[in-house]
Amino acid sequence: MSFESNGTTIANAIEVRGLKHRFDRQQVLDGVDLTVPTGTITTIVGPSGCGKTVFLKHLNLLLRPDSGSITIDGIEITKLGNRGLNAVREKFGMLFQAGALFDSMSVFDNVSFPLVEKTDLAPQQINPRVRQTLAAVGLEGMEDKFPSELSGGMQKRAALARALVTQPKILMLDEPTTGLDPTRTGSIHRLVRKTQQDFGLTAIVVSHDVPEVFSISDRVAFMHRGKMKLVGTVDEVMASDDEDFKQFLAGRAAGDELENNPVSS
Amino acid sequence: MPIVELVERLGAFILDGIVALGNFVLFLFRSVLYAMLPPYKPRLALRQVRIIGAESLMLIVLISTFTGMVLGLQGYHTLHLFGAEDSLGTLVGLALVRELGPVLAALMIAARAGSAMAAELGSMQASEQIDALTVMAINPLQYLVSPRMIAGVVSFPILTVTFNVIGIWAGYLVGCGLLGASGGAYFNNLAANMTRHDIALTLYKALVFGVVVMSVCCYKGYHAKRMATGISRATTEAVVLSSVLVLAWDYFMGSILL
Repeated sequence: MSFESNGTTIANAIEVRGLKHRFDRQQVLDGVDLTVPTGTITTIVGPSGCGKTVFLKHLNLLLRPDSGSITIDGIEITKLGNRGLNAVREKFGMLFQAGALFDSMSVFDNVSFPLVEKTDLAPQQINPRVRQTLAAVGLEGMEDKFPSELSGGMQKRAALARALVTQPKILMLDEPTTGLDPTRTGSIHRLVRKTQQDFGLTAIVVSHDVPEVFSISDRVAFMHRGKMKLVGTVDEVMASDDEDFKQFLAGRAAGDELENNPVSS
Repeated sequence: MPIVELVERLGAFILDGIVALGNFVLFLFRSVLYAMLPPYKPRLALRQVRIIGAESLMLIVLISTFTGMVLGLQGYHTLHLFGAEDSLGTLVGLALVRELGPVLAALMIAARAGSAMAAELGSMQASEQIDALTVMAINPLQYLVSPRMIAGVVSFPILTVTFNVIGIWAGYLVGCGLLGASGGAYFNNLAANMTRHDIALTLYKALVFGVVVMSVCCYKGYHAKRMATGISRATTEAVVLSSVLVLAWDYFMGSILL
């Protein structure tokens, strides 16, 4: 599936080439290459601290790369000015790892916020859309609550509703199911898949719910030490002989890293 | 070797200072620029006027009352030594309008609203709420900082004038009501010696202090490090730095404009 942009069919919603980013002495991204076909769900997995969230924040230039190129919907964004960048950002919906809900606003105001601020929709159009999105994430009746009154999982779902309400072309989800019980995790996965199918959007999911998240993934990228070590369909990646990936799947990678870097008491 | 290290550290300190100053000036410039560019959000600025201005009013009333009372008390006893009690109104009025009104009002607003502002923006930074605005293609400076700058420019002069008026009345109550100075002479001498220039000076100072306090507190909160100590540090630095800058600007403006 692909969507039209300026009359041209764009096969790949996102193309990243040679992306590098260094924090002080730590090379967090060390030449990342990734192509995300339009209308697919690509899941990025990898050990904690391997740079998944940093990579995600580069796709809408929350962080600027030291070098490399990022092409979104056919537009190279690293050299764009504010106006051009905002036009690209309006295509994105993003769920942050910790939700990033506005704590001074109610759940309803949080979810309606992007519609109120960035569209000309009337309140009569906004209200049903917000309630419908909240119902989809299982938060009906929570409209008047404030984020501090919600559990961590409910905050995550409210934040997901805020990311979905604008019906973005590209959805970026940073650990959407962390902190949720298995039932909610399954329902969020199904919601992401359904939304993706209904609107033909492109989604990038960073997740630790391996292998559950593979059930909604068209492609999987395994990130390791600042690089995409494996990229392919779920079957291709699962069939890989890569030792680091096998260790990651077996849950040993984190243990090995802890053994190599013991915390002194 | 220690001397080389010392020079290196000094150089790094100065360079860091220059970079920080440059970042601050850019932050201030952009905040002011975005305040003038669409989309205009008067609702946000009005909300900040309520938080910075209206909610600081009781504190200003309290502080100005005691300041005026102290000035009336000390002024009366000092002037009484020279038989010049009739000049009490001039002393209290000019001290408040030229110096104490704008400075104390600014310090009080920095302590009450400025610290809260730095903590709020710091918390928003730490919890990625500012990043969330950015990815929604909403300029966080224009949405969060510019309305606070506008509110500072509106609120500071109003609160300063309130401070001056209440302080003068409090000085009158103590000096004339309690200690026996002449009420007529108090206001006559005040009116005779206070010029338009003095009133303009108090308003200029209030405007400048509004920009200084708001920009420093917003800058510190906006650039707080993403951890609990980062927010507390940003809050402390915001109040300390804005207080020092208010006093420094007060001297410079006084020496140039007086």
